[in-house]
Amino acid sequence: MAMTMRFFTYASPPRFYALAGALIPWFWIAALVLGAAGLWIGFFQAPTDATQGDAYRIIFIHVPAAWMSMVLYLVMAFWAAIGWAFNARLASMVARALAPTGAMFTFCALWSGALWGKPTWGTWWVWDARLTSELILLFLYLGYMALVNAIDDTRRADQAGALLAVVGAVNVPIIYFSVKWWNTLHQGATISATAAPKMAHTMLTAMLLMTLAFWAYAFAVVFMRTRAIVVEREQQTEWVGELVRAQGAQ
Amino acid sequence: MTDAAVLLAANDLACRRGERMLFRGLNLGLEPGQIMWLRGANGRGKTSLLRLLAGLASPAAGRIERDPQRERVYLGHANALKDDLTVTESLRFLSRLHGFDTAPAALAAALQRFGLASRRDAPVRTLSQGQRRRVALARLCLAPPRSLWLLDEPFDALDVEGVAALNLLLSEHAARGGSVLLTSHLLLTLPSPTPITLQLDEVATA
Amino acid sequence: MTPPPVFSTVLGRDLRLAARRRVDALLPLAFFAVAVSLFPLGVGPEPNTLRQISPGVLWVCALLAAMLSVTQLYATDQADGSLEQMLLAGGSAFSAGIAVALAKAVSHWLVTGLPLVLIAPLFGVMFDLSGRSIAALCASLALGTPILSLLGNVGAALTLGVRNGSVLLILLIVPLCIPALIFGSGAISAVESGSSARGHFSLLGALFIATGLLAPLATAAALRIAIE
Repeated sequence: MAMTMRFFTYASPPRFYALAGALIPWFWIAALVLGAAGLWIGFFQAPTDATQGDAYRIIFIHVPAAWMSMVLYLVMAFWAAIGWAFNARLASMVARALAPTGAMFTFCALWSGALWGKPTWGTWWVWDARLTSELILLFLYLGYMALVNAIDDTRRADQAGALLAVVGAVNVPIIYFSVKWWNTLHQGATISATAAPKMAHTMLTAMLLMTLAFWAYAFAVVFMRTRAIVVEREQQTEWVGELVRAQGAQ
Repeated sequence: MTDAAVLLAANDLACRRGERMLFRGLNLGLEPGQIMWLRGANGRGKTSLLRLLAGLASPAAGRIERDPQRERVYLGHANALKDDLTVTESLRFLSRLHGFDTAPAALAAALQRFGLASRRDAPVRTLSQGQRRRVALARLCLAPPRSLWLLDEPFDALDVEGVAALNLLLSEHAARGGSVLLTSHLLLTLPSPTPITLQLDEVATA
Repeated sequence: MTPPPVFSTVLGRDLRLAARRRVDALLPLAFFAVAVSLFPLGVGPEPNTLRQISPGVLWVCALLAAMLSVTQLYATDQADGSLEQMLLAGGSAFSAGIAVALAKAVSHWLVTGLPLVLIAPLFGVMFDLSGRSIAALCASLALGTPILSLLGNVGAALTLGVRNGSVLLILLIVPLCIPALIFGSGAISAVESGSSARGHFSLLGALFIATGLLAPLATAAALRIAIE
């Protein structure tokens, strides 16, 4: 009970602002360290693939980016829904902050997918299930950002965005299934808990490290963006006024 | 303990528009047979308060209690009429939508009360502003007897006869045990009952 | 007290209004015809190519015609105050919203979707589809256009009163229509190439049921957000 109470006190914007500010540098450090380790192992330590040669190494960016893009959409929809259901301002702000980062990861996944595709399949782009779903996911992100941007009233924009994000989240499995039905060219899932791993141990390690690095990066960037949104929305309040004064004095 | 006869009561009501708080801590109570006149300068939240009480929006704070047995009839600033429908068709639509009487005789009688009998089959497009307002008001004749009326600028664009017809209708409604909450930037000339005033200018904003 | 017949009242009024503005109601069909005719002009008149692309072309044009015609569903009603009255009708605010959403979806389908299903065979012939394919075309559009109307409703309610609402609506809703597009055009292609389209049709049918149950809820919520 005490834990939940403590958790909810951080739901107040000024407390979140302070806590996030303290954590952000650590997230950046973690992202850099984990990313460097992951890339080093992936690009230099992992063995050359029998069929694809060295070109496959882009997978260490492509797969984690694709995962992040999908997970962040669900996280965004979750926080947006919380903000709508409980009238929690901070939750809505976090949802808005998540969108551009999620879209960026989607774009990264598409671009790295193309880089992987060229040496592997001979073309820069193939309309296979995974890449096409990523493209549609990008549209979903862009749609969310366009909608919340187009509505001037912040509260209405947050609520409409939450509804759209939830509708999108419900549709993502349907869209994914339908696109898979439509085309099954893409290499089957390379990491799976139950199936026999097709990848060497080092490859898995590199993938894991990159995923963690992306998570740390996402936390850092989203916290930074949320802080900016918090200050912008709360600019009329006392605590922001004091913050500005304190910064001015420095 | 809630009073069974309470028609409408609002407690500590707050209303937000965009980033601003229009008002806070507003209390009001309405009894059967009362007519309340909502007054205030432009932008003070008269329309917003009516919409809150009608159930179109949720208050930022506070509670609204009402007798669920009594129908709420809301008349907004806009007339809710379609240009391409005839006067009777429009009235029938609005009446049917709320479960009121839609018999041709009842519709005709309502239009008659507001002097629109001759324009029964005319498209709304051909009516003047004042006539359209009368069509919108005619719906009130079909409302259940003890209902709560929430009217936003009902006297808007009405001529002398229209005002008289509406005054009569409001008085009759109050006499039968119904209640009215309305806004009007013009002075009310109701014969009876004397309206109670709620002055929004006196309600705090922050 | 019995709840008032919100669904039939709104549906009846919308159909009556569409009948009074027949030209406006036929515009989406005209758009469909023009858009479909552009493809042979752009791709070349070779019959085999046209036959192959026709399921996709017909479906995409139907999708766009539906999306373009859906933007006006709520805008005029909000402007003249009718929407407020409709949402105040009936027992609870939410049930009124659902009834209105369903009525609008059905009226949109009757005015835009059903005519599309009826004139589609004409275009099937233009693209040299076989008789069985044309039957599949009509069946898939008959199941698919209601889905488009229902999803379009959600978009129209979400973008009510928003700047550039119509273009924004297309960006928001078209991704959600992709499963219907895939199953619908896939069914026609399957029949054209001789294989069974049963899987496609069952999926399309399931999508129709799921959308019919869930989309009105989303629309009602969006209307509530817009009206506040």
